Amino acid sequence: MRKLYHFNGGVHPPTHKTESTQTPIAQAGLPSRLVVPLHQHAGSTAKPTVQVGDRVLKGQLFGMPQGSVSSAVHAPTSGTVTAIDMQVVAHSSGLADLCVTLLPDGRDEWAPRVSTNYLSTPPEELRLLLRLSGVVGLGGAVFPSDLKLRPGKHKVTTLVVNGAECEPYITCDDMLMRERAGEIVRGAEMMRYMLDADEVLIGIEDNKSEAIAAMQKAVSENNFSRMEVVTVPTIYPGGGAKQLIRVLTGIEVAAGVRSTDLGVQCFNVATAYSAHRAIEHGEPLISRIVTVTGNVQHAQNFEVLIGTPVNELVALAGAKPDTNGHIMGGPMMGVPLPSDHVTVTKATNCIIESSPALFPPPLPEMPCIRCTRCVEVCPADLQPQDLYWFAKSKNFGKAQEFSLFDCIECGSCSYVCPSSIPLVQYYRFAKSEIWANEREKEAANLARERHEFHLMRIERDKQDKAEKLAQKEKAALAAKAAAAAQPGTDAAAIDTLRAQVREIAHPDAGLNKE
Amino acid sequence: MLTALLVMSALALLLGAVLGFSAIKFKVEGNPLVDKIDAILPQTQCGQCSYPGCKPYATAIAAGEADINRCPPGGEEGIRKLAELLGRDFIPFGEDTAAPKPKSVAFIDENICIGCTLCIQACPVDAIAGAAKQMHTIIESECTGCELCVAPCPVDCISMVVIRENISTWKFQYPAAAVATANKMNIKSSQI
Repeated sequence: MRKLYHFNGGVHPPTHKTESTQTPIAQAGLPSRLVVPLHQHAGSTAKPTVQVGDRVLKGQLFGMPQGSVSSAVHAPTSGTVTAIDMQVVAHSSGLADLCVTLLPDGRDEWAPRVSTNYLSTPPEELRLLLRLSGVVGLGGAVFPSDLKLRPGKHKVTTLVVNGAECEPYITCDDMLMRERAGEIVRGAEMMRYMLDADEVLIGIEDNKSEAIAAMQKAVSENNFSRMEVVTVPTIYPGGGAKQLIRVLTGIEVAAGVRSTDLGVQCFNVATAYSAHRAIEHGEPLISRIVTVTGNVQHAQNFEVLIGTPVNELVALAGAKPDTNGHIMGGPMMGVPLPSDHVTVTKATNCIIESSPALFPPPLPEMPCIRCTRCVEVCPADLQPQDLYWFAKSKNFGKAQEFSLFDCIECGSCSYVCPSSIPLVQYYRFAKSEIWANEREKEAANLARERHEFHLMRIERDKQDKAEKLAQKEKAALAAKAAAAAQPGTDAAAIDTLRAQVREIAHPDAGLNKE
Repeated sequence: MLTALLVMSALALLLGAVLGFSAIKFKVEGNPLVDKIDAILPQTQCGQCSYPGCKPYATAIAAGEADINRCPPGGEEGIRKLAELLGRDFIPFGEDTAAPKPKSVAFIDENICIGCTLCIQACPVDAIAGAAKQMHTIIESECTGCELCVAPCPVDCISMVVIRENISTWKFQYPAAAVATANKMNIKSSQI
């Protein structure tokens, strides 16, 4: 039995997971249209490679990764591109972003797929393959996986595969592990090969006994001797990457520190599955498992094409009439969607239909009474009441001193707060203000540098002109002196001399000629 | 008596020598306060403060010749930061200063541009690319929105475009329900 560590804090909200695990994963099928955002990953937007009117095949490239942190985007099915424009996307801002709209032709015709034997391919090529297949972290951060598989200065000894899925309502990883355990463990083994890690630890919370059994069976069937399924206690947020790493290895990862520098790397189970699909089957990331639950007739998991409109997906589960909102993600960390016309992205793990009965409106915010219940539950060992105080008074410097950026926004503090203060909203506000200030500071520094160069350039040009002028004057004087020393020179010499004298008298006219 | 005098004067000489040496050795070039003020100013180099750039304005503030409320691009937040740095009270913008505007960048209508290079000469950060009788264009990422290129243009082809918020620059709003209480708190904290 492996020794497990534990992290401080955590809460036990009602899990609501059984509703959506009664039936197997269903195919959501083809929607009426697919709107695929070109920026569904951390980093820079992919550059569109198709044009309006193009006929595309399933899996054909829509967007090419641009810059070091970026990932590719692909056509989820075959059809015609009808628009490349700004559309409202599944983001809490409710703002529009560049999207490709695809009208499916119903044939679902694949572009040629190439299977790669990972053992005979250098890891560098496999990473490029994952980048071009658009494989990103499906646990929620959507960080390009190829970058996380790059060996750092330190050897990665442990690869943690995250199947904890601690957030209430969400069961997409649970169902994926129950039904497709073999592909997950083979994907994890590919990742282990690329990182050259010594061991793979698959962490699953103890409330998912079927998933644990399926994964253990898959590991033993594939004879992966360096892989182990570890049952971890159910506690929220035990599935946070930092928390799971802590529980499995005892290592604490601070903000701004990469876990690879401490010898650990962490991937979600769905990411391992997608990596396997990309390498073994040549299929880019064009679909994912989404839990549709909450105020619906039959809560269920669907395999959904990226770009499927949320309203068409929810209709499959049968939304009840008193639905008053849609949450993307779980009730603890999820964000309300601006409308149900936005589409599923790689980050969409769950859609919860909300109703006044399920999620009553929050109670009015009352003053903080310094009870420190938030301190007791904070999994990052922070002082949430102090951070709240600083964020509220916009004292961002002090908030950073109190490790604001170690906050993982899990919402445990807001969950237990007896004054019903939306603490996480304050932290998100403070973080985005700090980021904006930093961007402004960078822009100001660039402007200062360029202005200083501008002044230096003008000064240098002035000096150059003055020097040229001085040289000419000197030459003219020398010529004059030479002429005076040699009386009786010919007429041509006198002419040049006159010209030089003129130049001395009107230096500006001489310069203008240049 | 004499020994005491000798000891004291020897000490005075020694310490004086040390002080004199360190005054030369550790001499601070320029005024460090100017750099601190300059770091707060937004570096638009727009001259709206009536000084020919941010650094001259910073020098004037440090010398006590200028008020701290003359920089519209810095906004009230900028005045607050300057007040904090210099230990002065916050003062609102003066009546002779322009009101702060939303951040924008210059845009050249390339169909109208005649390639006169006047805007290139006016740009304080060299953010305009072009040459005589060639089309000019603004390097958007380097434009500070100072508007200095707008006036010299003989064909009025430069306009200022407000920068819209997009997904990567979007900011979480201050939790709305709390605004009223927070305002009260600000008054309290300033009273303390």
